[in-house]
Amino acid sequence: MEILSPEEIVESFKTTLGGDFIDSRIYQREVAIKKNLFTSIWIQVKREAFRKSVEHICKLQEYPHLSVISSADREDSVELIYHFTIYYGHHLKALSLGLRLSLPKSDLKIPTITDIIPGAIFTERETQEMMGVEVIGIPDKRRLFLPDDFPEGVYPWRKDETGPHDMLRVLPGREGIKNE
Amino acid sequence: MSETQTKTSYTIPIGPIHPAVHEAIRLDVSVEGEEIVDVDVVVGQVHRGIEWIGMNRNNPIQSIYLAERVCGICSASHPFTFVQAVEQAAGIEVPQRAEYIRVIVAEMERIHSHLLWAGVAAHEIGFDSVFYLVWRVREKVMDLTEYITGNRNSKAMYQIGGVRRDITEEQFPRIREALEYYKGVFNQLKTVFLEDITVRMRTKKVGILKTEDALRFLAVGPTARASGVPKDVRQDYAYSAYADLDIKAITPDVLTGTIVGDVYDRIIVRLLEVKQSIEIIERCLAEMPPGDILSEPKIAKLLATLKKAEGEGVGQHEAPRGEVVHYVRLQAGQETLATWKIRAPTYANLMSMPTILIGGQIADVPIAFASIDPCMSCTNRAIVVDSKTKRKSVLTDKELHELSVEKTRRLKAKFDNH
Repeated sequence: MEILSPEEIVESFKTTLGGDFIDSRIYQREVAIKKNLFTSIWIQVKREAFRKSVEHICKLQEYPHLSVISSADREDSVELIYHFTIYYGHHLKALSLGLRLSLPKSDLKIPTITDIIPGAIFTERETQEMMGVEVIGIPDKRRLFLPDDFPEGVYPWRKDETGPHDMLRVLPGREGIKNE
Repeated sequence: MSETQTKTSYTIPIGPIHPAVHEAIRLDVSVEGEEIVDVDVVVGQVHRGIEWIGMNRNNPIQSIYLAERVCGICSASHPFTFVQAVEQAAGIEVPQRAEYIRVIVAEMERIHSHLLWAGVAAHEIGFDSVFYLVWRVREKVMDLTEYITGNRNSKAMYQIGGVRRDITEEQFPRIREALEYYKGVFNQLKTVFLEDITVRMRTKKVGILKTEDALRFLAVGPTARASGVPKDVRQDYAYSAYADLDIKAITPDVLTGTIVGDVYDRIIVRLLEVKQSIEIIERCLAEMPPGDILSEPKIAKLLATLKKAEGEGVGQHEAPRGEVVHYVRLQAGQETLATWKIRAPTYANLMSMPTILIGGQIADVPIAFASIDPCMSCTNRAIVVDSKTKRKSVLTDKELHELSVEKTRRLKAKFDNH
């Protein structure tokens, strides 16, 4: 397996995805005494090229490690980041690769990747129930953490009207922090 | 038993409560006779919404203390990971001395956690004298943790931009004395766990996870390494003082020459990692640079910086059970975290659970399940359902434990007769 530099990885994405590549950022920081570099790469792609991007990551390392999917409510859209680790097993060579997608709230759908990475199942189920993003083709549609009697159409991580507002309880003598 | 009932499949839910970590665990185990044919993992019974609190109620400094309470055992790993993510997001520097103190505290946690696990594993197979022995040995590192941090478990050492307490020269002798103690008992532990015939009979070729399955199901930590995947965040990523220390992931073949991926291999990995942790702490003590331990000691000033910050970061750390990941996004003007996602190691390792259990026996469930090191309080009861007659019977944790102990006795009697 050839280990590419962060810049080469970004280039390989640009070549593979062409016009579906949106943006990238390389973050590096020196750590401790020997000043070794911690590296993370953030790549944003169009949703149409999502599966192609994951397949491309599998070319960088045969079994990329998918840590988790994080999701954020960005008003009109939902942002998903698939946090991968590639080049693990090599001393100080691993880097964190965040694959970022933006889904408009009118069409919150994303294809499953469990056929490529079977271990993605838990985090896909969690994203589905917590953020209300439908994962197309997911082999196990059940909820993961939320109980069966949790109401339909309420998504705990959302900040719009589908958030869990009616279910919140402010403890006596306390005020929740108000975000501007 | 009538003809129609000769081959009956049962479903045994084992669980569900797991008080310590992010996810609760229930295993629905389908069996035919004694053999496990299918396993379904059901989690979520005690989801506490910690990420939600961090995104809606707490400021980032309060969230350090919340992160510390994600897990009762990994109370250094989660804040360690969390502060790294926030430091990246806000561009905060960490003094070099603080990086070394962070690593010392994290490695003390690994020693205590691995020994705790070894005791639980011995108990699961009915070897209670070893359980008592190991937990007595573990007390030494608990005392040391109290001496260094002021508390046996919730350590409150980690702060954004450094650590909250120094480890001074005067404290070194006491730390070294504890490390010497562990070096002294290490060979005894190794003999008990790796050479004892009872332990070998109950753990060899039990709960096998093949290398390819570990990769496909994204196993982490000792579970992955015992299956031959050299994945260790301390080795892979340049983070904290680990980047200076040339860590190498421990796989069982360094001792046995082969990789089986069974419970026995997981014991080897954890035992050797205790020794590795001792060496890491020794090196940290020897190489720790002088200097500050916090880049911004004034909390109000730090909070103001965090409120103005805009950015995102992802922190990783090798907790005793495997990789912990925290993703944090900060938005300018917002007092709380804009996004916070936590991924604890058991979350990843549970996906390998069906593969580990299928083909095994009910009596092997406690030790095979414990071998990925979740907290075992979740195995608190089991219901046996006869799928043909719908007859239900409940196995308590005690009965399930008895089954396991009985198997040890049976194997031992067989061995003694030869």
